[in-house]
Amino acid sequence: MTITAPPPVETTTHSAIGEAVPPTQHAFQPSPLNRRRWQNFKANRRGFWSLWIFLVLFVLSLFAELIANDRPFLIKFDGHLYWSAFVTYPETAFGGDFETAADYRDPYLQKLIADKGGTIIWPLIRYSYDTHNLDLPTPAPSPPTWRLTEAQCKPVVEKKGLKSCRDLEYNWLGTDDQGRDVVARLIYGFRISVLFGLTLTFFSSIVGIAAGGIQGYFGGWVDLIFQRLIEVWNAIPYLYLLLILSAVLVPGFFTLLGILLLFSWVSLVGLVRAEFLRGRNFEYIQAARALGVSNAVIMVRHLLPNAMIATMTFLPFIVSNSVMTLTALDFLGFGLPPGSPSLGELLSQAKANVQAPWLGLTGFFSVAIMLSLLIFIGEAVRDAFDPRKTFK
Amino acid sequence: MDAVNQPLLAVSDLSVAFHQQGRTSLAVDHISFEIKRGECVALVGESGSGKSVSALSVLKLLPYPQATHPSGSIRFNGRDLLPLSEREMREVRGSDISIIFQEPMTSLNPLHTIEHQITEILHLHRPMSNSAARTRTLELLTQVGIPEPETRLGSYPHQLSGGQRQRVMIAMALANEPDLLIADEPTTALDVTVQAQILALLADIRARLGMSLLFITHDLGIVRRIADRVCVMNGGKIVEQGEVEQVFSAPKHPYTKALLAAEPKPDPAPPRPAAPVVMSADDLKVWFPIKRGLFRSVVGHIKAVDGVSVAVRKGETLGVVGESGSGKTTLGLALLRLISSDGPIVFLGHNIQGLKFKQVRPYRRDMQIVFQDPFGSLSPRMSVGDIIAEGLSVHQPDLSRGEREERVVKALNEVGLDPDTRFRYPHEFSGGQRQRISIARAAVLEPSFIVLDEPTSALDMLFQSQMVDLLRELQRKRELTYMFISHDLRVVAALASHLIVMRNGKVVEEGPAATLFKSPKSDYTRALFAAAFRNEAADGGAVAT
Repeated sequence: MTITAPPPVETTTHSAIGEAVPPTQHAFQPSPLNRRRWQNFKANRRGFWSLWIFLVLFVLSLFAELIANDRPFLIKFDGHLYWSAFVTYPETAFGGDFETAADYRDPYLQKLIADKGGTIIWPLIRYSYDTHNLDLPTPAPSPPTWRLTEAQCKPVVEKKGLKSCRDLEYNWLGTDDQGRDVVARLIYGFRISVLFGLTLTFFSSIVGIAAGGIQGYFGGWVDLIFQRLIEVWNAIPYLYLLLILSAVLVPGFFTLLGILLLFSWVSLVGLVRAEFLRGRNFEYIQAARALGVSNAVIMVRHLLPNAMIATMTFLPFIVSNSVMTLTALDFLGFGLPPGSPSLGELLSQAKANVQAPWLGLTGFFSVAIMLSLLIFIGEAVRDAFDPRKTFK
Repeated sequence: MDAVNQPLLAVSDLSVAFHQQGRTSLAVDHISFEIKRGECVALVGESGSGKSVSALSVLKLLPYPQATHPSGSIRFNGRDLLPLSEREMREVRGSDISIIFQEPMTSLNPLHTIEHQITEILHLHRPMSNSAARTRTLELLTQVGIPEPETRLGSYPHQLSGGQRQRVMIAMALANEPDLLIADEPTTALDVTVQAQILALLADIRARLGMSLLFITHDLGIVRRIADRVCVMNGGKIVEQGEVEQVFSAPKHPYTKALLAAEPKPDPAPPRPAAPVVMSADDLKVWFPIKRGLFRSVVGHIKAVDGVSVAVRKGETLGVVGESGSGKTTLGLALLRLISSDGPIVFLGHNIQGLKFKQVRPYRRDMQIVFQDPFGSLSPRMSVGDIIAEGLSVHQPDLSRGEREERVVKALNEVGLDPDTRFRYPHEFSGGQRQRISIARAAVLEPSFIVLDEPTSALDMLFQSQMVDLLRELQRKRELTYMFISHDLRVVAALASHLIVMRNGKVVEEGPAATLFKSPKSDYTRALFAAAFRNEAADGGAVAT
């Protein structure tokens, strides 16, 4: 026998025709709570625009090979298509003499291709991050080409058989102390910094959440011992360790990632541990235990989603922290191997070449804008997830 | 109308609207009532009816600018309060009109001593020296019945009991001898016996000072006891108002009638001495060690449950009553092996004491629990269907998805909820519906024994009787055995076949419910019943203050 409950006073489950309203949750649609959070995030105009700008810049930088490269995107030659940005072709493929890799910036090769009626599709900027511009009007670091006077340009202009400064290939933000284009280094450097930051954040979050969760849920001796271990580990000066390791290993992207991962995972542990400690006393956890659910399932199914809220608000700040760390290491010279494009290296060159303000200004503004965008996004995320904030 | 007959407080056509995220909701819809000098008016209604909002608007304590008053006026001694500025309101608050709130622990500043908090309100409205303030504080504390007030002046709120904290709040409210005292459910958070004492105190003060009282509550027993007139609110409107006697004996509005009829019907399951024992415990002890010192040596124990023996037979309901802190919830959790304890626990013939968590798991299918807080006991991130199916995934993992859905639908139908709502999240349901979901979660495994830990405490009166009916129905249909823990004796009286009364971890009295209610033997039980059924305060000695 079914008992029919009288309709409750507060909720309306019936529409005008008396049928139950269809459920509010559909597959793959965000829950009403998440929809509200997204609305709150959008309400913060600064954060919202920062997110868009950051995403646009990041996606553009992912295609750096197509924006700034010393190899053309596509060459149509002799009836064939050559994807020169992605595949290395020997000079002989275009009718040259040597079997070396084709240097598309060489006017001789360009003439060879033009003679046979081929077309070259160049990216916007014809320098890559490691292209040394050997025809600099002034000694490196050279100012932006649009700031050069005709007198300075004259020798190069005449050598190349051009008419004025404006016909030269522009270094829009000048070159660094080895004649490499600053804009190209900026784009590639931004990409590497953000990718490094995101990867480091991703892996250190996984480790940090797991460690914090176990400590917080079990408490007692597990928590005590783990905490002491973390304190000891935190006391190790990671910069010195990095120096020593750099002397032994050749630091590449992934070795650097691994070393920094060893030390950066502790940032989330405190937060997640506190969330699990708080959450494990909630009644629905006790209810799940009363049903006989095992500890691991309780941690993943019940506690982790709640802990992720606080973690989400932290993540943009961790990303900006990771980017800062890489920049700082590069500035000191202990980061990525020499020759890699990096913003930190740009800053250290700026320090050594104060007479070249374009280096300093570029480095400063790029780092400042990138970190500001991340911080604005982080603040907007934090406000969006705050359940007590009332928005109009 | 001459000044003597002018009502002290005249609320006319008041509305309160809340604006949030572009939506406006009307919490109070054109209400009007009056309070004369020396009169006690009760504002009665369920949660969400708008009674607290109405009371807070008198003192303009709502969160402006989200709250607005689209209409109405509040006249205090002829003066409209709504257009007053903050500064002018501050002169009214605390000296002409005072308010006491529901939760004394959160209403008192935990970092200030009692003396500091009472003298603060004195200094705000009357210039007086420190020694004069101290004298007045001691006078007030004596008035509200705190014994040896000189020793209590330096205490912090956490060092006092719940009843004492509420007395301190009343002292603060009375400090400047207000004309009107607004009491917003001041006794809901207190035990029955303490509640009776606080009500007696308020009545006494009213008589002595000639003060008016606006009492907000959902408990009709209290209204019968202390109010002169009553206003019944529902959905933001006052549906009926008048003299208490008249309204209670001859209610006109259907809502008032439903409210008055909402006492849980007493129809307890009869005791069955011949049925097999489902759960029994012999001399159960739950002692928490107090560890002090550098080496964490055990200096004593908090004896939450101190040698309790119970036995529940199949088809019966054991009612466990007592005040807060008596150990009833601890007893329930210990019997279900959710807390470690000492002493044999025999469930369906097997001794489950001493078994590890994994070994107890197969028994968990037959013993379940429904918690008190409908808001906290459901995981906010899982849909209702998932919550109910969670137990099935542990105990019957070989069910197919279709079979599991079927069981969930059946469980929801049994508790009276629409099965189509199983994809929703808990926050989309009301408190009463959530409690039904908790019952469905316990019932879907088809257990033999269910512990109900104060399942109706957080619900309104109307829903309480529905819940009791539902539980009774389930018990009859499935031959379930209940252990019903509650401090609300009226609800226990409607369901229990046997009763045990607990105090400080020990069983004070036990026996069949019928005989116990008719003739309780111990003084404590008598005081408890008097306070619960008739709101009568016991004289000192039998119960704590």
